[in-house]
Amino acid sequence: MNDLTLKDCVDRKALSRIQLERLQQTVTRLYEKVPFYTKAFDEKGVKPRDLKTLADLAKFPCTVKTDLRDHYPFGLLSVPQNDIVRIHASSGTTGKPTVVCYTREDLSIWAETMCRTLQMGGATEDDMVQVGYGYGLFTGGLGVHYGAERLGCSVVPMGGGSTEKQLMLIRDFGTTVICCTPSFFVHLIEEAEKIGLDFRDTKLRIGFFGAEPWTEEMRQLIQEKSGIRAYDIFGLSEIMGPGVSSDCECHCGLHIFEDHYYPEILDPNTDEVLPPGEEGEIVFTTITKKGMPLLRYRTHDISRLHYEQCKCGRTLVRMEKIRRRSDDMLIIRGVNLFPSQVESVLLPIKGTVPHYQLVVTRTKAMDELEIKVEVTPDVFSDEVRSLEVLRNKIAFEIKQIIGLSAKITLVEPGTLERSAGKAKRVLDLRKQA
Amino acid sequence: MAIKQVSIFLENMVGRLATVSQLLGDAGINIRGLAVADTNDFGILRLLIDDVESGVDILMKNGIVCQYSEVCAVEIEPCPGSLAKALGVLRDAGVNVNYMYTVAEPGGPNAVMIFQFGDALDKAEEILANAGFKVLDKLI
Repeated sequence: MNDLTLKDCVDRKALSRIQLERLQQTVTRLYEKVPFYTKAFDEKGVKPRDLKTLADLAKFPCTVKTDLRDHYPFGLLSVPQNDIVRIHASSGTTGKPTVVCYTREDLSIWAETMCRTLQMGGATEDDMVQVGYGYGLFTGGLGVHYGAERLGCSVVPMGGGSTEKQLMLIRDFGTTVICCTPSFFVHLIEEAEKIGLDFRDTKLRIGFFGAEPWTEEMRQLIQEKSGIRAYDIFGLSEIMGPGVSSDCECHCGLHIFEDHYYPEILDPNTDEVLPPGEEGEIVFTTITKKGMPLLRYRTHDISRLHYEQCKCGRTLVRMEKIRRRSDDMLIIRGVNLFPSQVESVLLPIKGTVPHYQLVVTRTKAMDELEIKVEVTPDVFSDEVRSLEVLRNKIAFEIKQIIGLSAKITLVEPGTLERSAGKAKRVLDLRKQA
Repeated sequence: MAIKQVSIFLENMVGRLATVSQLLGDAGINIRGLAVADTNDFGILRLLIDDVESGVDILMKNGIVCQYSEVCAVEIEPCPGSLAKALGVLRDAGVNVNYMYTVAEPGGPNAVMIFQFGDALDKAEEILANAGFKVLDKLI
């Protein structure tokens, strides 16, 4: 076991001491360097010195996604802007993305936790890692890339999509590890079958799948169909990117790299911190990040934390797979989607926001998005052509702004389900574990 | 000269046509002609009805999306080649027919064709009238 994996098996008392020290440095830095936090601390009546134990963190203010948008693009930096060496962003509701910034040191920490993620699934420097996440503003591609390079792997920066080329490289290069969304990998399995390629006949042996929720059943299915070992990886750009937590061979929850990302579980309604094992919203504080540290960032992901030592020997806390969210965000084929984004597309097209509903289904493990839009007298036309133009226009805008292909269905008014007069915006029919 | 038709948006699902015809039937409104355009998901029903205003009123009150539009009604003699002659005149004048259908109950010895010409309505009516066709301003 090398130095990095030793960090995963650290004595919990020692870990708590490190966490407290880093947390104290973080709150001090935030209070002194980021005006948003200075104000938030003052409003709550807390000072950095009030953090005497880890439990004291509960007294400090939380950060929400809109805080990032309100300080778009660089308002939450805790370092001078020329210390920033990388910027990433995720899709935004009204065209404004959520921006995250990294110093050189931050990138090093990210590479370290991503490297530990790969090691947790048994990857070594002898592996060839094909990165099937998108590169660019999305954190997936580059996050995995630098982690795999840190580990010493041969990295194939393939990027997302291009099914045929992915398969060609797996076969011709002898790729041993692949990282992509689970639904994309299922798609690869299906396409491989069509051309008579069995992954058992290739060198592919491990897959790290994340960026969208998936089930234990799907993991089993992937393993059976492809003969590789499949692991779940979790991350969010606000905290760092992929590699905030990760599956080990026991598959009994994802180990959080607690020496960098400090988790809490809150009751989403009362904001009270819940004891270990209870279900609530998982909240992260970055305790080593310098560029844009975030305090108690609300993920809206519902999970539980388990602190007992894992059978794999790691002492790092385990978070249960995310099963649902406390808000209306959907994750479809790795893309985050809020119903309000669809609204912002429909509004300029139709001049008014009609009733609409997002229906998400999963056929053969691929997520499908259907947007049902009620046709109002304003947009109704006697000609089929005009209605099809309208439908294509909506589909085009959704693809442009959100990056998702969706089936648009025009429906009669009053046919979409409403509860207490309020439209039910989302119908998620995907089976969750 | 043009006559009014009612166009109705319907989802392509069981019972929608039945609902519309029942609503009109219950209100004592007669359907003189109809045509349906269908796609995978939705259809547009075009109706010629006796009392257009009350018909639309009833449909709207029942949450059905509909609108008026103007179409051209032309008498066609019930003999071979007469429809071809009308269409030939239009072709020669470069007028496109968006869609057409027949009136189920023409109310006289001749057949009545309904044409949708879009913006070219006035021009088309003039062409047909000049070629000797009887263009109707209401159904008999």
